[in-house]
Amino acid sequence: MAGGTGGGETIMATREFAAHEAHAHAAPQGFIRKWVFSLDHKVIGLQYYFLALTAVLVGMFLSLLMRIHLIWPNVALPLLGDIKPETYLTLVTMHGTIMVFFVLTTAPQGGFGNYFLPIQIGAADMAFPVLNMLSFWVTALAFVVMLGAFFVTGGAPLHGWTGYPPLSAVPTAGPGEGPGADLWIISIALFCIGALMSALNFITTTLDMRTRGMSMMRMPLTCWSWFITAILGLLAFGVLFSAGILLLLDRNAGTSFYVPLTVFSGQIVAHKGGSPLLWQHLFWFFGHPEVYIAILPAMGLCSQLVSVFSRKPIFGYKAMVYAMLSIGLLGFMVWGHHMFMSGMSPYSAFAFSIMTMAIGVPSAIKTFNWLGTLWGGRIRFPSPMLFAIGFVSLFVSGGISGPFLAQPTLDIPLHDTAFVTGHFHLIMGVASIFGIFAATYYWFPKMFGRMMNERLGRWHFWLTFVGTYCIFMPMHYAGMAGQPRRYSQFTELHYLEKLIPLNTFITLAAFVTISAQLIFVINLFWSMKAGKKASDNPWEATTLEWTTATPPPHDNFGGHAPTVYNGPYEYSVPGAPKDFVMQSDPTTVAAH
Amino acid sequence: MASYTPTVAIDDPKASTGRPGGSPPTWVHGDDDFHSPSFNARLRRARLGLFVGVVGIIMIFVSFASAYVVRQGLPTFDSRTNSLVHDWIPVRLPRLLLVNTCVLLLSSITIELARRRAARNAALTQMASIPDLSLQSDDKFSWLALTVILGFAFLVGQGMAWRELAASGFYISATPSSSFVFLLTGMHGVHLLGGVIALLIACLASLLRRSAESQLIWLDVTGWYWHFMAFLWVSILCLLEFVR
Amino acid sequence: MGLVVLVVIWLITFISTYFFIARTWWLPTGASAAAAGIDHHFATTYLLMGIVFVAAQVSLGYFAWKYRDRPAAAPARYVHGNHTLEIVWTVLTAILFIGLNLMSSSIWASERFRPAEPGATQVEVTGMQFAWYFRYPGPDGRFGATKPELIDPSAGGESAIGLDTTDPASKDDVVTGTMVVPVNREVELILRAHDVIHSFFIPNMRFKQDAVPGLAIHMHFTPITIGDYEVTCAELCGLGHYKMHGMLKVVSQEEFDKWLAAREAEKQ
Repeated sequence: MAGGTGGGETIMATREFAAHEAHAHAAPQGFIRKWVFSLDHKVIGLQYYFLALTAVLVGMFLSLLMRIHLIWPNVALPLLGDIKPETYLTLVTMHGTIMVFFVLTTAPQGGFGNYFLPIQIGAADMAFPVLNMLSFWVTALAFVVMLGAFFVTGGAPLHGWTGYPPLSAVPTAGPGEGPGADLWIISIALFCIGALMSALNFITTTLDMRTRGMSMMRMPLTCWSWFITAILGLLAFGVLFSAGILLLLDRNAGTSFYVPLTVFSGQIVAHKGGSPLLWQHLFWFFGHPEVYIAILPAMGLCSQLVSVFSRKPIFGYKAMVYAMLSIGLLGFMVWGHHMFMSGMSPYSAFAFSIMTMAIGVPSAIKTFNWLGTLWGGRIRFPSPMLFAIGFVSLFVSGGISGPFLAQPTLDIPLHDTAFVTGHFHLIMGVASIFGIFAATYYWFPKMFGRMMNERLGRWHFWLTFVGTYCIFMPMHYAGMAGQPRRYSQFTELHYLEKLIPLNTFITLAAFVTISAQLIFVINLFWSMKAGKKASDNPWEATTLEWTTATPPPHDNFGGHAPTVYNGPYEYSVPGAPKDFVMQSDPTTVAAH
Repeated sequence: MASYTPTVAIDDPKASTGRPGGSPPTWVHGDDDFHSPSFNARLRRARLGLFVGVVGIIMIFVSFASAYVVRQGLPTFDSRTNSLVHDWIPVRLPRLLLVNTCVLLLSSITIELARRRAARNAALTQMASIPDLSLQSDDKFSWLALTVILGFAFLVGQGMAWRELAASGFYISATPSSSFVFLLTGMHGVHLLGGVIALLIACLASLLRRSAESQLIWLDVTGWYWHFMAFLWVSILCLLEFVR
Repeated sequence: MGLVVLVVIWLITFISTYFFIARTWWLPTGASAAAAGIDHHFATTYLLMGIVFVAAQVSLGYFAWKYRDRPAAAPARYVHGNHTLEIVWTVLTAILFIGLNLMSSSIWASERFRPAEPGATQVEVTGMQFAWYFRYPGPDGRFGATKPELIDPSAGGESAIGLDTTDPASKDDVVTGTMVVPVNREVELILRAHDVIHSFFIPNMRFKQDAVPGLAIHMHFTPITIGDYEVTCAELCGLGHYKMHGMLKVVSQEEFDKWLAAREAEKQ
């Protein structure tokens, strides 16, 4: 095939070259090459996963401290002492930042996407393994810098994960807004760079490295979700990066992109003419696609799991693909719904609100299709399926509160109340975490060659499912009653007094739910060593990862590229010998 | 009603890549390609990757540009007069920037010459048995090295332009307009520096013992990146000069 | 296990729905002219979304139980989808969502697309870390100048907002820490902030608007019930965010006039 470089001359490839390049796919030797600076997408995927696991434990601990302080504001904790109001806000900020970036944007995409995208499309690795390795280490560095903010003078910032200036731009605005805020911004900037590199890899790999027979419309929905997520990331993280650079300049170079003339406690701060709303526009232009980045992989996985465990093709594969594409596209047109109360033009508020209601449509379609997949199936309930069903329930619950907030009229009483906190935790936080759990239980056998303990999995599921509802459903009631967000205690306003019992219930539920996660951590590490040995395809699933050895060899397929003949969801095909037909099974399933 | 057929034909449309018309695959997909794709496949992949990366970088500059446009038109509240005023003072751009532009455009030409010559050399010399081949061993004059020099010259010129601006009162925090000038030129400079480093790697590639194929792909991709940097610079200059 | 899934999902659904229907914790009493419309639309959205919520969760639980794998079960249906069904539910969902939005748009338009009526009670609201100050223009109907250099929150009142006492228009400006307004008359607010973004939130009035440094945002509402209403800050503004509250007192027109006159007299 012609295609050479400038001048139109063709280059002739020879096998000797090929041999020279094959070193990239010989298995590495030595601990550093194999486990630290590995180029193998599977190792990198695990590195991302364990980074996210560390981050989620930190994030959960911070939220537990928050819940304790809300109910017992005057209690000094062992080792940590008093939690002052500013400390509470630091917990809020770092909890949100760590969870959104280092858990929800890391585990589903960097973790499972890296591990399984190449395998599911039949490739030997990602397109650019060195870039892949760099993107992990940049992300890991970002996490270290983020944690470093706790230890500098003034501590970590208190401006919320949303970092609105002038609060985030003026060091005298509050404790933690000094070097801590600078480190926060630098960490996020590094994260953006890592995310952009990763997005580049995912997109190129999906477009260019699918094996023979693996057309785009035969890809598993997980691959579609990682692909679309990567496109969103490519277009969104650059904007966050820019926003961060402008904020760094305002803080350190005396510019006034975001900060007008301000006066703090009688002291004039030397800025002029900046617009705080500029940050909000840039941040939310990133921020809204970010929430879809957090949820799309879980949606793709949910589709996968309801199909596998109902032994039925996914209902409406094409609709699912178009729904994810529409969610991705519309996701860039709705950012203003975070800004209805900001002082933005009310006319643009109206436009954003229509687009926001529109994006509810493809989300609803996906829910109908998941229900449609369950309908008429033969459903099995191992842990991955429990979490997938839990995901659908949480997605519905979290999604239902969306149309309230999407209408500016109703946003007036609800904006910046606990209603919003309940909404995004259910639909973005918990649903996405359920996706991560489901993926762990599902792919654990393939990654580690052993099954996770099923009984522990069930305990984990039920405690977490009921527990998270007990935490976040009541927040909707509290928000309707007018409880504002980011309040470090409820002792100052009379009308909040009657909400304290509700908040106490939430805190107690948080104790139980967070403790239940220990079951998962124990199960994870114990099963790696002593879990029941797994066969190559314990779930009897059809996608390519289940055709390889367990765990997969270095080049995924033992030297032979698979050829794909079937779609990814051929379950219970009439006339077939088993109730599933692998994608690479040459006995074809004809069109219907 | 779907059916399950226990036999397969290789030209069965289902065995194709799903292209419209269902024709058989148009490339040979043997075992070697799985581990070691052909040069053309690798080049295509590298160029695709670059294109995707460039899109990501474009979004950074689109954000800055839109902030620039919005800020320009934004009335700000002057507490002295208690009214809204427009405080945008256009920056007088140093002439030096035009010189730098010429340098950069020239370097685009030189990198393109380097790229094409390397491709020609590679085709002519049957690279098969010379893994350590340096792609510019033939001619004495290295277009690649010249590009590196021009790249550095551009960056130095930008630094000088910054000094000139600051000296004339338009330092970074002086006015909103000057902040944007430093921001846009600075971010471009950082990205260009990355390109210069990539070029340096290309220069030293034979020393790094990379195959001629890899060298060529690296040079090709860096060349396209360099052209993008020139295009980006011209766009930034137009924005600063004409959107005032 | 299918049965357990059904039971738990249905229980969660019915318990949460109970609390929603019983209004155990609900929106505070509405005391502004806009509240009725907002609350009515809230209830409409509530009802429709509530139906969707219950239907979806009940189906999920039901399907999990009904289609569970057991020896007697029929083989799973080999179906890839249903085109007609996709179109139908897409269109219905779009009508529901967009319809809801269009229904609420008239309320939004009446609140935000028009300026305040002439003759509205004017109050300038200034937010700063961590208090609200309210300024009335006085008989001359004009707000006097403020200067950032004159701002001194520790001295309270006029100094806190940096009132320039040399400006003649400032002579009759009244600055208070409590907001008092007459009932049944539109209130025009001019929202400002000195340091960071705050948000002026009066739950009972269904009123919320961010106060942004560098901007003077005009907004209005009409109180219709006499009473005292708590005011809070609804945008994270620093360590004192939780205690940045104020009080709105809605009184009769006579009482308001008396109160304002008394404040003016104090200035002499």
